[in-house]
Amino acid sequence: MCAIASLSDNLNTPSPAAEIQILNINWFQKQPHGNDEVSLTLNITADLQSLFTWNTKQLFIFVAAEYDTPKNALNQVSLWDAIIPAKEFAKFSIHTSNKYRFIDQGHNLRGKEFNLTLHWHVMPKTGKMFADKIVMSGYRLPEEYR
Amino acid sequence: MGWIRESIESVKSMKIRESLFQIISLGMIVSSAFMIWKGLMCITGSESPVVVVLSESMEPGFQRGDILFLHMSKDPIRAGEIVVFNVKGRDIPIVHRVIEVHEHQRTDEVDILTKGDNNDVNDRMLYAQGQFWLKQQHIMGRAVGFLPYAGWATIIMTEKPIIKYVLIGLLGLLVITSKD
Repeated sequence: MCAIASLSDNLNTPSPAAEIQILNINWFQKQPHGNDEVSLTLNITADLQSLFTWNTKQLFIFVAAEYDTPKNALNQVSLWDAIIPAKEFAKFSIHTSNKYRFIDQGHNLRGKEFNLTLHWHVMPKTGKMFADKIVMSGYRLPEEYR
Repeated sequence: MGWIRESIESVKSMKIRESLFQIISLGMIVSSAFMIWKGLMCITGSESPVVVVLSESMEPGFQRGDILFLHMSKDPIRAGEIVVFNVKGRDIPIVHRVIEVHEHQRTDEVDILTKGDNNDVNDRMLYAQGQFWLKQQHIMGRAVGFLPYAGWATIIMTEKPIIKYVLIGLLGLLVITSKD
């Protein structure tokens, strides 16, 4: 029964939508031990209602900054996350500064171009978990610390 | 007292062949359970293919007593995945979500930071002293599937061992007394 419930999730073809704006660079500096850190204010708008099926317990969603540096081929830093417990909360617009610190491994963030990615992980009542994302590109950090 | 004598006689009258058969069928049950476990290890590539959630750090997604199925693939670890990891000096592996990934150029080395969905802070406090990041070798597998409540039996049996022995005894009795 659990297997059938889980398989029925495959019948759902979701059409999620999201948009993220950087409203403000609150501050941007080099930490005493040399890593760049930036604080952002974000506006996150999304409609994820189509991800819910009758076997969905909750959605775990998060926004990550993704970029590459001379040191690292890939950096993924989670900035904000939320748990969406039911379909009626899956269409939202939120104004927030980053919940987790945005720190680079090094000092490569000045003028850095990066993607903001909205990830979602569907946690089922039972069975297989699945995940996907929307990548939004073309964001850039300032050239100078502030 | 008659029924005791009767049952003693029935035990005496059991043929050696019959009791041997029962021992073997008991052994078959044990070994097939072992084979299923080892088979799962083989398929999933993880040294513990199934784990029971013991803490509340991933609530409300995973609750105490839920069973998670793990898979260890060659795919690189990415933010958002739920991984099971070992920390030096801790016996029990931890199931938490990856919130940061830094994959080094050229070498395939990767720095991973995790956090429990229900915890306020990241897991640096849980790591070994002076350890800032998890590496690939700490990861035992990633959670791919989920079965609610099915792990309660193991939690009860580890916390109240007497129940385990009573159960094993009962099962043994059942096997010995059952006539085919």
